[in-house]
Amino acid sequence: MSAIQKHGPWALVGALGAAALAIVATSRGESINALWIVVAAVCVYLISYRYYSLYISEKVMRLDPARETPAHRHNDGLDYVPTNKTVLFGHHFAAIAGAGPLVGPVLAAQMGYLPGMLWILAGVVLAGAVQDFMILFISMRRDGRSLGELIRAELGVIPGVIALFGTFMIMVILLAVLAMIVVKALAESPWGTFTVAATIPIAILMGLYARFVRPGKIGEVSILGFILLMAAIIGGGQINEHPVWGPAFTFTGTQLTWMLIGYGFIASILPVWLLLAPRDYLSTFLKIGTIIGLALGIVVVAPHLQMPAMTKFVDGTGPVWAGSLFPFLFITIACGAVSGFHALISSGTTPKLLDNEMDTRFIGYGGMLMESFVAIMALVAASVIDPGIYFTMNSPGALLGTSAETAAAAVTNLGFPITPEVITQTAKDVGEHSIISRTGGAPTLAVGMAHIISSAIGGKTMMAFWYHFAILFEALFILTAVDAGTRAGRFMLQDLLGLISPTFKDTTAWAPSILATALCVSAWGYFLYQGVTDPLGGIYTLWPLFGISNQMLAAVALTLATVVIFKMKRERYAFVTIIPTVWLLICTLNAGWQKIFSADPKIGFLSHADRFSAAIAEGKVLGPAKNMVDMHKIVFNDRIDAALAVMFVGLVVAIAAFGIMACVKAYRAERWTALESGGPTAVPAE
Amino acid sequence: MALSSMELRDRLKTFSKCVCDGARLMVGQGDYEAYAAHIRRTHTDQEPMSEREFYRNRENARFGVGNRNGFRCC
Repeated sequence: MSAIQKHGPWALVGALGAAALAIVATSRGESINALWIVVAAVCVYLISYRYYSLYISEKVMRLDPARETPAHRHNDGLDYVPTNKTVLFGHHFAAIAGAGPLVGPVLAAQMGYLPGMLWILAGVVLAGAVQDFMILFISMRRDGRSLGELIRAELGVIPGVIALFGTFMIMVILLAVLAMIVVKALAESPWGTFTVAATIPIAILMGLYARFVRPGKIGEVSILGFILLMAAIIGGGQINEHPVWGPAFTFTGTQLTWMLIGYGFIASILPVWLLLAPRDYLSTFLKIGTIIGLALGIVVVAPHLQMPAMTKFVDGTGPVWAGSLFPFLFITIACGAVSGFHALISSGTTPKLLDNEMDTRFIGYGGMLMESFVAIMALVAASVIDPGIYFTMNSPGALLGTSAETAAAAVTNLGFPITPEVITQTAKDVGEHSIISRTGGAPTLAVGMAHIISSAIGGKTMMAFWYHFAILFEALFILTAVDAGTRAGRFMLQDLLGLISPTFKDTTAWAPSILATALCVSAWGYFLYQGVTDPLGGIYTLWPLFGISNQMLAAVALTLATVVIFKMKRERYAFVTIIPTVWLLICTLNAGWQKIFSADPKIGFLSHADRFSAAIAEGKVLGPAKNMVDMHKIVFNDRIDAALAVMFVGLVVAIAAFGIMACVKAYRAERWTALESGGPTAVPAE
Repeated sequence: MALSSMELRDRLKTFSKCVCDGARLMVGQGDYEAYAAHIRRTHTDQEPMSEREFYRNRENARFGVGNRNGFRCC
């Protein structure tokens, strides 16, 4: 085949992508069609998949189609099973897709759609997909071992323990942030609260059915559950209007917080078949279905973007989250561009199911491209709504006040004109009492999705239904994550405590299990409570911490990948992982440093604490605190958050240092020192 | 190239099996037939678990005691 035949079509794809990007990037003042963003993104994905992932698989990994994968070597029909590539892609994608790529881009939209879009695309191609692909490859070559075990084996015991502890803390922050998104979406919303609460009895009913009536009939039980869910959304509309039940399902954020903490504790000690597994079916299928539906919706409706390409908030003065474009945009977007959590998934069940080494490219690199596309869609959904509405929903209550009039005045003052009537009407359209300061990303995404989907199906009368459908879809998989995460966190904690006292290691004994569960729930519950009662809206404080921790985990995973490349004596290609590692280290260390030490109390935890403790010394109460107790609480929380940021920074610096030492040692070694299993026993050096 | 209705039916069947397997594996349930065939082929002295036991085994492997990878992504 001639070069033209081989590369010609790809050159056309590249040209189309470049044209679409040019249209997106150069439009000023006039609104552009969302399809240009979609076209630009898809072209970038195709080109990077065709060329860059091939380069990595041929040069860095040297994937070998003839080499046995763990699924063949250890085939037991259960954990290790050679699996069809497409089927496995679905499994892997369902495991990596979650709330992160949906929420991050919505928050990033405060700077306009362009900065977020560019980082989502550049980040996934050079960092996120590379990480997922490399870790999947490394784990596959080592019998599908987990990230913690891989770090211990390739970097040493101490880095292994550091990574285990870091992963646990990152999970605590993640669970707190996810739970907070649910609380923020359901507070003062009887419709949403009823619908989400109804998922508990629905799931239990499904669990009983799948356990005793028709075991293993997942399709059947999921359809049954889906019908009941739709009924619950419609029923929620009735509850909303009801004079007695409406107020009965209206809760404040604090009340919901306690409910969620109680829920997390009980749900994670119940048998898995009763609540967790059946709700996992619903949330997984609903998630995939909604993602497909949203993609179709965007293509069919072809909405125009109303958010400007860039807002004035790139300077860091935005109301949604604090900090300037660099480094905080890169922290905020998190999962859609690069997510450290995927390293845990890529070293989980997926590598044990690979039929052929060559499949890692499609599943590892391709799966992450798909995740990035979800992030692009979320960015589109946040950008098709009126920017005035966007800032009304995402600014802290302390700025907006509580009435439509004060909110409209405040948002207009920010430079995004809006009238109180539009705010009231939008709330009415989506069936909520208020849309003022509904932070957390989920309500904004739901409004955007309702806007797009109702344009295709149902029109304005269906908007409230689609809004609550979107809220339900997010709350459902977040609750599954809270439940499953608490369980996993409990086991990790038992591992860690087991290092001190071996009695903790027994995961079947009652006392250590209950204790570890309680510790785990109180850990994330503490940050959840702190976030929900935070007068600035919680997301403002906690999301950057979550972003930093997630990106740091990615830096740790990429450090591992770099070490392995050096140990394989292929350091001449190590730039593939070194570039994203260095970039992530620059962003996260810079952001972490600013969160700790910045003199601006809006960004730095310590200067914020100093400002409040100085006021306490003078006996003054600073807004948004209402009394001295609040004041002391703010100072204490700030110091905890600062300590956490210090810990994350220390953790990543330590891992990076161990990584550099391991690379130097591998570089000096004369031969291949990587610890692969299977394959040729003696791998020659180059 | 025209497909005969037979071929079309076969392809549809393969496709729907792929979709169903994919959906089941998304929630951690592997292919029971493949498991049973594997045990019969390689462990001739063992009886494979029943479909119900297999289902419960996979459920526990995904969420059950000791699984540190049970958590979903952000």
